[in-house]
Amino acid sequence: MPKDSGIGASSKRREDVRFLTGKGRYMDDMNRPGQAYAYLLRSPVAHGRITALDTREAEAAPGVIKVMTSADTAGIGGLPCGWQIHSRDGAPMHEPKHPVLAEGKVHHVGDPVAMVIAETAAQARDAAEMIVMDIEELPPVVNMKDAVAAGSPLVFDEIGTNVCFDWTFGTPQAETDAVFAAAAHVTTLDLVNQRLVANPMEPRVALGEYDPITELHSLFTTSQNPQLIRLLLSAFVLGIPEQRVRVMAPDVGGGFGSKIFHYNEEVLVVLASKALKRPVKWTSDRSEAFLSDRQGRDHVTRIEVAMDKDGHFLAMRTDTLANLGGYLSTLGPAIPTILHGTLMAGNYKTPKVTVNVKGVFTNTIPVDAYRGAGRPEATYQLERLVDKAAREMGLDPVEIRRRNFIQPDQFPYATPVGLAYDIGNYDATMDKLVEVADFAGFEARKAESAARGKLRGLGVSSYIEACGIAPSAAAGALGGRAGGWESANVRVNAAGGVTVWTGTHSHGQGHETTFAQIVADMLGLPENMIDIVHGDSASGPLGLGTYGSRSLAVGGSAIVRATEKVIAKAKKIAAHLLEAAEEDITFDKGTFTVAGTDKAIDFGTVALTAYVPHNFPHETLEPGLEEQAFYDPANFTFPAGAYACEVEVDPETGKVSVCSFAAADDFGNIINPMVVSGQVHGGIGQGIGQALMENCVYDENGQLLSGSFMDYAMPRADDVPNYVVDHSCITPCTHNPLGVKGCGEAGAIGSPPAVVNAVIDALQRGGYSHVTHIDMPVSPSRVWAAMQAK
Amino acid sequence: MTKVTMTVNGRSVSGEAEGRTLLSAFLRETLGLTGTHVGCDTSQCGACVVHVDGKSVKSCTMLAMDAEGASVTTIEGMANPDGSLGTLQQAFQDHHGLQCGFCTPGMVMSAAALLAVNPKPTEAEIRHHLEGNICRCTGYHNIVRAVLAASGQDVSALAAE
Repeated sequence: MPKDSGIGASSKRREDVRFLTGKGRYMDDMNRPGQAYAYLLRSPVAHGRITALDTREAEAAPGVIKVMTSADTAGIGGLPCGWQIHSRDGAPMHEPKHPVLAEGKVHHVGDPVAMVIAETAAQARDAAEMIVMDIEELPPVVNMKDAVAAGSPLVFDEIGTNVCFDWTFGTPQAETDAVFAAAAHVTTLDLVNQRLVANPMEPRVALGEYDPITELHSLFTTSQNPQLIRLLLSAFVLGIPEQRVRVMAPDVGGGFGSKIFHYNEEVLVVLASKALKRPVKWTSDRSEAFLSDRQGRDHVTRIEVAMDKDGHFLAMRTDTLANLGGYLSTLGPAIPTILHGTLMAGNYKTPKVTVNVKGVFTNTIPVDAYRGAGRPEATYQLERLVDKAAREMGLDPVEIRRRNFIQPDQFPYATPVGLAYDIGNYDATMDKLVEVADFAGFEARKAESAARGKLRGLGVSSYIEACGIAPSAAAGALGGRAGGWESANVRVNAAGGVTVWTGTHSHGQGHETTFAQIVADMLGLPENMIDIVHGDSASGPLGLGTYGSRSLAVGGSAIVRATEKVIAKAKKIAAHLLEAAEEDITFDKGTFTVAGTDKAIDFGTVALTAYVPHNFPHETLEPGLEEQAFYDPANFTFPAGAYACEVEVDPETGKVSVCSFAAADDFGNIINPMVVSGQVHGGIGQGIGQALMENCVYDENGQLLSGSFMDYAMPRADDVPNYVVDHSCITPCTHNPLGVKGCGEAGAIGSPPAVVNAVIDALQRGGYSHVTHIDMPVSPSRVWAAMQAK
Repeated sequence: MTKVTMTVNGRSVSGEAEGRTLLSAFLRETLGLTGTHVGCDTSQCGACVVHVDGKSVKSCTMLAMDAEGASVTTIEGMANPDGSLGTLQQAFQDHHGLQCGFCTPGMVMSAAALLAVNPKPTEAEIRHHLEGNICRCTGYHNIVRAVLAASGQDVSALAAE
């Protein structure tokens, strides 16, 4: 029986009311008195030396207040990188400076060179055109294979190579190679995981404001993690005490990773507001977002699996070139390494796994996390490879997976690539998938498609991800420069309402509702008595923000710990009021009871007593009822599942239509099933977009060809089907108090291989047996070309 | 600058506009109606859809001056007179048809325009009609369910949650 409130209930989202009535407070809706407007002049070329930058005419233009160049940012640090990877020889990665305005050289189209501040946004934009910018063009480095070739032009002259790091992980290469040499069969796959643009619907905005009396630097910004931005901006860029920076992110209109990072514009508006003594606001338009938001994916990979004669995986090895772009972004080096290599065992008990990744600088927009961040890249190559292996071994794609799944009695399971999976049941989600996707009815549906001249295919994938980022010690051992904890503050107000501050932030996930469900459940109060506050570094507790499906597993756990402390203290107060021993007090559904008696007192009375402590154990207890907790997870969490996609291919045109998509996920315990399903839907939508439509393309000069929604194909309502989403297979996480795993990225991780596997299946069944792989996006022209390539 | 007068959400309003001022900018910056959002600069995303004389319009494709004398409805005008959510808005909440909420005003206005001319649209008709509105969060599933539900149709056939 579904619950109607608290943990497990599909509570309607309270934030929806303001969003549905036009009352949401997004950054561009916010303006400050006396505010000026900023516009960024960006490099029109991918690679070059700035030989002249004359701003005099622009400075004299109507309404212009100031033009900033790198001369104005000379006293501050560059944008810091939060992760240090070491190469196979032990050397730390190359870490060239990432200036907030280009210093002498531009590294990608869109690289910020100057910022104009004027009375209106139009005046700033008009004046930027009057800046004389001469750039001596240098040969651009666009393609990764060219970038690592001898004699390539260099993105950073000072480091003498375009290889940022040459990383190896897992089983030593020689051990793995020895297994390959003796294996009954080896399957090899070369593939590209194409570059994507996150494209949250709200473009980025940054608004700086400086108070000369308090010396407080305020930054209002579109961020998934305002506290983290405060740390980076104060300690690493400006070099000022953290408490003199306040970062606020009100309602955030989507992020998908792209609003994690510390961006140039955030620094610039703060500097400008201080210099001008008035607020300065920058708003990106969509074209500028394509040129300045950090981009995602962009791997070129060869992956191989060695098998015995029965299709058991004996070893895997994979070599990847990962594009980092023209600068190191905040988490750039972590994505293709720690968040990718560690997932390369997948759901399988492969004994030997070797992962090699070269991080490559190119003259393109910097690359960083996009929904899933490294884990989709791992899952895609692995699940495409497994499908190809099944075909080569004459095995059913479901059967080859089952044959290699880690079994429930093998947990905790240590993989050869550094992770210890705590719990899971991969056959259970596969069983559920076979049921909900109606595999049994496929042949009939295929015949129906064939009657209409269409080729139907069924593709499956399995996935596992490491979420709940991150155990601080593990992150540190892997090169992380920050902790992975989260904190929460729970204040019970005198009249019984509860305010909860969390260091995580919502950019669409609905934390105001779901986190309130947790606290309401624990305290036995109605959900509407609990308010969740986030998004302001000054009022909130410390925290690291929302990404990596961590908010519930880490932030929610901190909320639980703080609420437990509240209950523990309230119990002492209740014991005093009930004149009983503390150990005799039980707490259930909002009532404290002396066990075995009818003596009871409700939570509200206890809360009031904490603040009106006339009858109170002052000698042993402080008044008030407010507690804080920090939570550092003991391990990652490991959501896992199985996905299926059915497609139709039109053999006349090569066009792929997605007929159905089904997901069977194990997210551990569920707080709000409605919200969880919504997260999976959205991830699948993005995964179908990657599989069939989206592609971020540069030409040979490094010019971005897909720089608008006219050119970058975003999935629309008629490009995707209804989804069947099941999360009834539950193996609760063993190490956090809620038994939760995280659900924000799964859909985007598990879906691309399911779609591509379905296309290959359709072509194979349709007689095009020579087609064993097509790179994403599987566009009509690519399918058509593959069909004709026989 | 020219004075522009129009009826917005039933009230006569006027303000100054330049020749280049878009209706979206006039609504947001001059009238302070920030529920109309701007998500792109190529008239692709549909976050800025409003109704002009009963027809849905991407307000970034129309100059404020061209709306002189027109009757404009924005998301701020869609609630019931008592302030409670209108039927379509309520369906979006009931069926989780929004996540970050940024595309939502345009999505609601676009769907309302469909229901005005087609009170019982099929799922395919809804998906086709919303082709000009991009949502990056929901994968569209629950938006389609919300519109079906708002039109009084049974959505149980579309997997719950």
